[in-house]
Amino acid sequence: MRRASWQEYQKDIADDKYYYARSCIRQNFFPGSEKAFLDILTNNLGIDIYDDPLHTSCTGIGYHSDVVPLETIMTVVARQFSLMAEAGYENFISSCITSFGIYNEVLATWEEFPETEERTRRYLKEATGRELVKPRSIAHTSDIMFHHRHAIARQAKRRLINVHTGEPLKVVEHIGCHYAKIFPKSGIGGSEFPYVLAGMIEAWGGDVVDYPERRHCCGFGFRNYLVQANRGSSIANSHKKLESMAPYKPDFIVANCPGCTMFLDKWQYAIAEMDGTTYGADGRGIPVLSYEEMAGLVLGYDPWKLGMQFHQVDVEPLLDKLGVEYSPEAKYLGPDGKHIGRPRDVAVNCEEVRRIYEIRR
Amino acid sequence: MSTLNFGYGINRPRAIDLDNNDLRKSNAIIAEMPELQACIGCGSCTASCTAGAITNFNFRKLHTAVRRGEYRGVYEELSKCMLCGKCRLVCPRGINTRGLVMLIKRKLGDF
Repeated sequence: MRRASWQEYQKDIADDKYYYARSCIRQNFFPGSEKAFLDILTNNLGIDIYDDPLHTSCTGIGYHSDVVPLETIMTVVARQFSLMAEAGYENFISSCITSFGIYNEVLATWEEFPETEERTRRYLKEATGRELVKPRSIAHTSDIMFHHRHAIARQAKRRLINVHTGEPLKVVEHIGCHYAKIFPKSGIGGSEFPYVLAGMIEAWGGDVVDYPERRHCCGFGFRNYLVQANRGSSIANSHKKLESMAPYKPDFIVANCPGCTMFLDKWQYAIAEMDGTTYGADGRGIPVLSYEEMAGLVLGYDPWKLGMQFHQVDVEPLLDKLGVEYSPEAKYLGPDGKHIGRPRDVAVNCEEVRRIYEIRR
Repeated sequence: MSTLNFGYGINRPRAIDLDNNDLRKSNAIIAEMPELQACIGCGSCTASCTAGAITNFNFRKLHTAVRRGEYRGVYEELSKCMLCGKCRLVCPRGINTRGLVMLIKRKLGDF
């Protein structure tokens, strides 16, 4: 009953012709993921997707931090939609969960309060000379990947299976709060049983871990961490999740939100420093992947081309389990072959560590 | 631990964790005074308390914490009780609250 309940919340996802809106922070922290998404859709699936250089930030970070007013963000969103129409597309897809929440929130506000839509149309016309055209469909990019998961599975070079034991990998999936907790009907499976990442994991051969704090927030909420003094609350959320998932011995975590992917990854270093606790089978941390990276590995992409060297927790143990061939020497080489620098040795990197940590296996 | 100063730490949760709290002392207290289970948490004991009138002493809070297995600081706090017994006169469930103060102090002597 529980497994099937996700089917109660379904939404229409277009098959082709997407207008792609990028994320501000993903390009910094997981720079290979958006490129991988475009490559997979274009080269593997032959889908028409437009990566528009004219679109801007949705200004969601400023909006949630109370520095961008509602009227401003509505006008920015209206401009993105009009750019989409000018480019000849009507299916808007967003790479960021915050943006996805913003687009849904703005559309719902226009629906509930038509006067705000009229005002936004006027502002957009006065500021840019453009006309607002609303999209036919809105989806997050993880929805798109979920929609095409079986097509990806048919082209898979490998499955999410431990090549040494033959067992499916145990995967923790984490859904960004703004994916379906604001508008449950905007997410596959709603807010209680989101199936978007679990569907990918199951289609590609992995086992989904169901653990007590599965639906808990990662702590990224902008107000939670923007002020340094508040970050103790922020990290406590990730700590709670990691403590809760550790006994299930997950092989990796996959998330569909830029903030969650970053926090669940980088807080593992901070928790090791503050608390002396590390997670994972050998105490080297639990790798955290974006869903594009997971799909890229399944399709046989090079992990360094996917940008996996930018992770805080090293991914090599996971690559070994998957049987991925990679060059350790090429890890910190940029596209031009130049050395891009390497992080300092810490507990969650695969380097020799002299300090003693309490390992939560 | 770490030599790095992050400027913040990991906030500890304030949730009551009945799965991990050590309930042995609590169970021993209830075994000796089973009528404590009849408490409805009305707070009459606290409202009529002589010590509570002049300090922030709160007997309802303390015996609730003890029943949940949260003993830290309870013994010291109970030292504010003057054992006047007014709480016993007003308890609608007839619990020997004065006796409970002494029972908790006896059981938690090593906390």
